[in-house]
Amino acid sequence: MSRPGAKYPGLNLTSAHGVDDAEAENLMFGFWVFLMSDAILFGMVFASYATSLNSTAGGPGPHQLFDINSAFIETVLLLASSTTFGMASLALKYKRGTLRLIAWLTATVLLGVVFLGFELHDFSAMLAKGGGPGRSGYLSAFFGLVPLHGLHVLGGCIWLLCLVGQIARYGVDTAVKIGIMRLALFWHFLDIVWVAIFSVVYLGGLT
Amino acid sequence: MNEPIHPDAAQDERRELHSYRNGAGFALVLTLVPFALVHWHAISRPNLLIAISAFALVQICVHFRFFLHISFSHQREDLQLILFSALLLGIMVAGTVWIMASLAQRMSMT
Repeated sequence: MSRPGAKYPGLNLTSAHGVDDAEAENLMFGFWVFLMSDAILFGMVFASYATSLNSTAGGPGPHQLFDINSAFIETVLLLASSTTFGMASLALKYKRGTLRLIAWLTATVLLGVVFLGFELHDFSAMLAKGGGPGRSGYLSAFFGLVPLHGLHVLGGCIWLLCLVGQIARYGVDTAVKIGIMRLALFWHFLDIVWVAIFSVVYLGGLT
Repeated sequence: MNEPIHPDAAQDERRELHSYRNGAGFALVLTLVPFALVHWHAISRPNLLIAISAFALVQICVHFRFFLHISFSHQREDLQLILFSALLLGIMVAGTVWIMASLAQRMSMT
């Protein structure tokens, strides 16, 4: 919903937030530059994954290792967490009260943690089937790519908990508002990376 | 912190809430279809790969539009940065895959 007047990526606070909105522009753009460099990093890891697709060295491949139901549940969890973060952004923008803001942020972090739980369960199932990162070049590339995204999600969860702590300690001040807006960009960006992962790794591998 | 931020805020809020809901709905459908196609092996493999990539590209655009609020309606550095990063990614990823595939073929590793 970028209408004329949108000054930075993500949901704009608008002039109703006064100085908070004015301060956001540079910080949000700087964070956007970081996200794009992170996208390049993910892209190169995707490239190394694509070049290792045939290097299974006689080891197990996607059909033996992947579980499409689990990948689907993870996808829905991450999409739901993106939506709850959107609700948190709206609660922040329209000043719907600190409690509602914290409730949506907590829902987001819970969905993120459940996502990580499912992912860890997937990895341990793969290890149990003899599909560890040391088995083949293909599996090394897999464990370079998918857990890299998982680490980003873990980082996002820790960041979110820190923000909730900041709200409890300082209230919803300028630093907290801009922190939430940057984390919103990061969280939605991770969901985009996950779209690429489930399409290339899971669906592409299981065709 | 509970007073409205400006007179027509309630209307704006409802509109943006609908926007997020629509975005989540589109994304869910764009996720369900490729998963269903793969799960039931509905079409042949080459077509399936094309369909998966197409759905993924559309879903990425939906996420940019509804969650990150990027659009073509106004010129901003954000969009230019996405397009430039996409260009870099295209060159580097396609170049890597091309060179490594060619190398594997010449060394008959496949």
